[in-house]
Amino acid sequence: MPKKNESVSRREFMQRSIIASASVGSSLAAGIAVASSPKDADFLTIDPWTKTQRQNFPNPDYGVPSSYEKLVTREKYANGSKTPLQKLRGIITPNGLHFERHHGGIPDINPDLHRLVIHGLVDEPMIFTMDDIVRLPAVSQIHFLECSGNTYAELKKRTWATVQETHGLLSCCEWTGVRLSTLLDRCGVKSDASWVLAEGADSAVMTRSIPIEKAMNDVIVAYSQNGEMLRPEQGYPLRLFIPGFEGNMSVKWLRRLKLGTEPWQTREETSAYTDLGADGKALQFTFVMGVKSVITTPSAVMKLSKPGFYEISGIAWTGSGKIRRVEVSVDGGKSWEDAILQDPVMDRCLTRFRLPWKWNGDSATILSRATDSTGDIQPTLESVLKARSSNAFYHNNAIQPWLVASNGEVSNAR
Amino acid sequence: MRANYLTILILVTLAMGCTTKKTSSTQYNNLGKPISEAQIAAWNIDIAPNGDGLPSGGATAKQGEKIYQEKCAACHGNQGQGGVANRLVGGGALNTDKPIKTVGSYWPYTTTLFDYTRRAMPHSQPQSLTNNEVYGTTAYILYMNKIISIDEEMNAKTLPLVRMPNRDGFIPVIK
Repeated sequence: MPKKNESVSRREFMQRSIIASASVGSSLAAGIAVASSPKDADFLTIDPWTKTQRQNFPNPDYGVPSSYEKLVTREKYANGSKTPLQKLRGIITPNGLHFERHHGGIPDINPDLHRLVIHGLVDEPMIFTMDDIVRLPAVSQIHFLECSGNTYAELKKRTWATVQETHGLLSCCEWTGVRLSTLLDRCGVKSDASWVLAEGADSAVMTRSIPIEKAMNDVIVAYSQNGEMLRPEQGYPLRLFIPGFEGNMSVKWLRRLKLGTEPWQTREETSAYTDLGADGKALQFTFVMGVKSVITTPSAVMKLSKPGFYEISGIAWTGSGKIRRVEVSVDGGKSWEDAILQDPVMDRCLTRFRLPWKWNGDSATILSRATDSTGDIQPTLESVLKARSSNAFYHNNAIQPWLVASNGEVSNAR
Repeated sequence: MRANYLTILILVTLAMGCTTKKTSSTQYNNLGKPISEAQIAAWNIDIAPNGDGLPSGGATAKQGEKIYQEKCAACHGNQGQGGVANRLVGGGALNTDKPIKTVGSYWPYTTTLFDYTRRAMPHSQPQSLTNNEVYGTTAYILYMNKIISIDEEMNAKTLPLVRMPNRDGFIPVIK
């Protein structure tokens, strides 16, 4: 049984945490060389980069990560790509690493030609240009976005190796745009309007139905992501952003909103994004993403170089409010300890958690379990399967175990 | 005391700031332009489950077979058995370990089939089919699933009345 959480000096922490991050042999390789014992010399020499004058400005002008970080990329799968959660240290997802899921490819839209139409049960149907939309009063909010199919295959069986594969349909960005309620008020919502159809301008012309209460509450018609205009794969120039709801509803390349009295029963809310139960009946309109967390360091398929200090770190999120608590177990769930929540802890936003851990070299199963401000506690896989079914496909928010073997290799212990 | 006074001063100042900076919607009612439903027609292609939005025209499965085989079969299979794209036909019971979701086994509404085919199919040439061709392929897919007969015409009136086998298979949660 590994002893956990022995006190560790700050200096030791700094040194060892670099080694802990060594993992899958990429981004921090340079950092390790500095921290490990010099092999050829006992004394520092002046590095060549110190003795060479190089260019003043990055090329291209739009900066890119260090050439030593080339392996930090999204990972493609059939219909999109996944975020490298194991390489991210905070809560914000850089725009170039935001996961993707498309239903008809990425359209190339000239923002000068893009328009948004709002019609149906409104007093006056309206059309807005991008110029109109960016001039309207704006809001900025930092929220997570998770595909409800995230972690789906793990419902059936252990399928994937890394946290990028198991949990990488997840991101967190600052989204800026106009409140949907501002636009709807501008058109005048009729009293019998109870649903809003959102439609994209991509070749799937993707549609989802959204309850009017949510539409009038906190939904953003967003044009900016982490301070810059949306990336094409995130809906450039305009997308819906629905805090806390399954990612598919935040319709990208938004071109039309129609108000009506009933959901439209679109393809994406009937044949897909419905959660099949063991009895053959499917839950429909399961919008809110459940409370969930995952340890990102250490995670499969990292390798701990030797026993000693490691910081356990991960992310937690909920579609229902704020993260109130994250517990970590290093003994397969027999005992739990509260992790430190990194400020800021924000509404429907990723929360970074950390727990110091001294690994004694024995095999250990590490888990995290989140609780949100409504009191919901992240379930075990067993209870997810009991409450729903392995056929559900969507909304798997189960606790994720990683096994640290005695040789330091970390693997998926689902 | 002094701290309290300062706190109050700051709060009052903040409150005044909020009131004076609040935007009234009349300030931006020049942004956006009214548009008529007629002007929106080319985009207004959604179909409601009760059939609202279905266009005029119609076709039988017999008439739709040719267009299905020409435009759909390469990806979905000549009998709707699937290929590079989803299987459309059959699938059987859903309460098994490996349920197969198809139009026949899973989709609750015929209107969704028409709507999706018209807006997004064929995948490489979306919105290239005529309304009659969409009615025809819709009818043919329903026919292959043994839901309608080969000579039953699907049109704005008949299509919403066709009851899908899994119509009662969904439990709305709405939250």
